[in-house]
Amino acid sequence: MQVRVQIVSILVGVILLGTIFQLIRKNRLQEKYALLWILSAVIVLVLSVWRDFLALFASWVGIFYAPSALFLVALFCGMVIALHFSVVVSDLTKQNKTLVQEIALLKEELQRTRGASRKRRPPARKRRP
Amino acid sequence: MKKKPLAVLAVVPAFNESEAIGGVVSELRAVSPPVDVVVVDDGSSDGTARLAETAGARVLRLPINLGIGGAVQTGFRYAARNGYDAVIQVDGDGQHVPSEIPALLEAMSGTGADVVIGSRFLAARGYTTSPARRIGTRVFSLFNSLALGRRITDNTSGFRAYNARAVRFLSENYPQDYPEPESVVLLGRNGFSIREVPVRMREREHGRSSISAFGSVYYMVKVLLAIFVDLFKARIVRQEG
Repeated sequence: MQVRVQIVSILVGVILLGTIFQLIRKNRLQEKYALLWILSAVIVLVLSVWRDFLALFASWVGIFYAPSALFLVALFCGMVIALHFSVVVSDLTKQNKTLVQEIALLKEELQRTRGASRKRRPPARKRRP
Repeated sequence: MKKKPLAVLAVVPAFNESEAIGGVVSELRAVSPPVDVVVVDDGSSDGTARLAETAGARVLRLPINLGIGGAVQTGFRYAARNGYDAVIQVDGDGQHVPSEIPALLEAMSGTGADVVIGSRFLAARGYTTSPARRIGTRVFSLFNSLALGRRITDNTSGFRAYNARAVRFLSENYPQDYPEPESVVLLGRNGFSIREVPVRMREREHGRSSISAFGSVYYMVKVLLAIFVDLFKARIVRQEG
């Protein structure tokens, strides 16, 4: 039974790591955002391969069924990644807001200066064929 | 010696206010001494921007809806860049009475305050709200008074005057979603002096409040959380003087 859990978790870790590398290779994932994913995949892999350490860790934190400790660690990794994304999204929202405001200010300025120059010299532009 | 007249900008945030905006702008243009009027169109789909322009306002068109906080802040940025001495914030729905603007400006120059809030509750002047709203304003008044150590009666009022120093500060730091109560705490804690003057306000004639019945609980929780978090933030500007 234990062995089957181990095989499954190793498979999951390997597939995750492979997917991450593939995404980086195809420029779909920036290294900056891949770091936490790689770290998580490596932790899951190490804990699945090195069973004695997993058992030791489980007994430290008081979990009787060692694979449960693996799930707990994976869950924790997921939470850290989700939190990291919330921070990133907050930053993006802020930057987005500034850009939108800047566009509105520039549009108004453009409209104003265009209006002024049109008044100064009426046939400003000739149509080209 | 005669004092140079202040360059005052009225900032009017508007989201789908086509029924009211024209009247608001022409009323603002009739204020004496005159103020410049800029309408911040927060991505309206009903021609608010065009109507404001026809009525004689300058218009800042946000390509994406940012919410009231982001819209007002755009006006602050505009004022800071174009060297205005003061900003009057006026809602686009016609609730605020532009003829009260000189009273706000006089209170600002008379007391030397950085911020003057037009308060509906400082004196009984015929403004009534629903019981739920009243509880809400009480709660904000209580929290903000605790946070600042002094009483502010109308924290949700969007009818305010800011001097150039406050405008510069707010153009960089303004809360996003429901900014009024939070900005009071933000300004107070960063050393800006705040005064209130009693003003009349009209019942809303067109459209609905930006805050629905369902949204009001979220509104309260979100704003109180933001205020609570603000208390733990470092001061952004050092007190001058």
